[in-house]
Amino acid sequence: MDMKRRDFLKIAGISTIAGIGAPAALQVLLKGEVPASSFASGGAEEETGHGVAAPVGRRYGFVIDTRVFAKDQGLAQKCINACHRIHNVPDFRNKKDEIKWIWETGYANAFTSKSHNLRSDEVHHRKYMVLCNHCDNPPCVRACPTKATFKRPDGIVAMDYHRCIGCRFCMAACPYGSRSFNWRDPRGKDDKTGRYFIERKHLNKDFPTRMRGVVEKCNLCVERLAKGKMPKCVEEAGNSGAMIFGDLNDPHSEIRKVLASTFTIQRKPELGTKPSIFYIV
Amino acid sequence: MYDGGKIVPGLIIFVGLMTFPLWYNSGNAGPAPKLEKPAGKTACVKDTHFMRTSHMVLLNQWRDTVLRDGDRTEVTAAGEKYEKSLMLGCMKCHSDKKKFCDECHQYAAVKPYCWDCHFPPKENL
Repeated sequence: MDMKRRDFLKIAGISTIAGIGAPAALQVLLKGEVPASSFASGGAEEETGHGVAAPVGRRYGFVIDTRVFAKDQGLAQKCINACHRIHNVPDFRNKKDEIKWIWETGYANAFTSKSHNLRSDEVHHRKYMVLCNHCDNPPCVRACPTKATFKRPDGIVAMDYHRCIGCRFCMAACPYGSRSFNWRDPRGKDDKTGRYFIERKHLNKDFPTRMRGVVEKCNLCVERLAKGKMPKCVEEAGNSGAMIFGDLNDPHSEIRKVLASTFTIQRKPELGTKPSIFYIV
Repeated sequence: MYDGGKIVPGLIIFVGLMTFPLWYNSGNAGPAPKLEKPAGKTACVKDTHFMRTSHMVLLNQWRDTVLRDGDRTEVTAAGEKYEKSLMLGCMKCHSDKKKFCDECHQYAAVKPYCWDCHFPPKENL
């Protein structure tokens, strides 16, 4: 055959490249796939918030009526104290080390994506009760390398403190700042004042403390739910209607009735985490 | 070998001294700890042998079923129901951590870190 070595190499090279590229190209054509677009880019579907949530089994959620909290100034603090006491949440009196399970924050921090233009002054200056959103699609669970934080079938995002290695990936992943790290031993006391971080008289000996070096967060009172009780904050808010707790998957539950009849918003719905806490503003 | 007469006996004495604790205590594990058992109770959730050797396995299983599977069904022993919990189960009967847990853990040189978070029954922090 009359072929120069140079020509042979050219043909061999081209056919090799074609051979490598073809299967990939073919696969794209066969599946008709397009490259995944960023989930966080938003869009009408994500803006609707909860979207198509897992419709099976129980799915716990809250409705927080911020108008009630605005009227009753002491109520929020009452709920916060009750929660923090029964769960032995330490108070380090230091913003940097702060441990929060449920707390109050300003409008701009709570609802970062809502229009801020020409909003009512009252709404702007009101404090909003925030806690772990127990998302349907929790980013913290994906970020945790040891599976110390996990989503239970009933939608509660729980922490297994035995497994937490304190890497704080979950804190970086959580868009709501709902997780706190124990920089100090919660059972210890302040070196200067001798004040215990958990007041001795408020110590709840039926619930463990945490140790230094673990991340902690709201557990939606799983230990109470297991005994048929309401979460402590809801119990504390009583029948003021400030906090409504229930099964989002039960069409006859009180929470669903409230959700069906009132306009509610969620925190950062555009992120697609599908929070299960709804706010009446 | 130079100075073999000094080195060899020296080595023998050295090895003998180093291994002294081993052969002096061989076959003698010291007095076994006497644990204070809960008064008025005859049966634990599992038999004595299992509890003695594998209570930590059981505790880990309980921890996983309760925390991760959300299965808090109570365990029954001798007709009584107990919560699957260290603080709310075990320590309700074994109400003296020092005389029950520590006694043996010290003897076996085991340092569990349960109590970094959980409360022993008579804790006065």
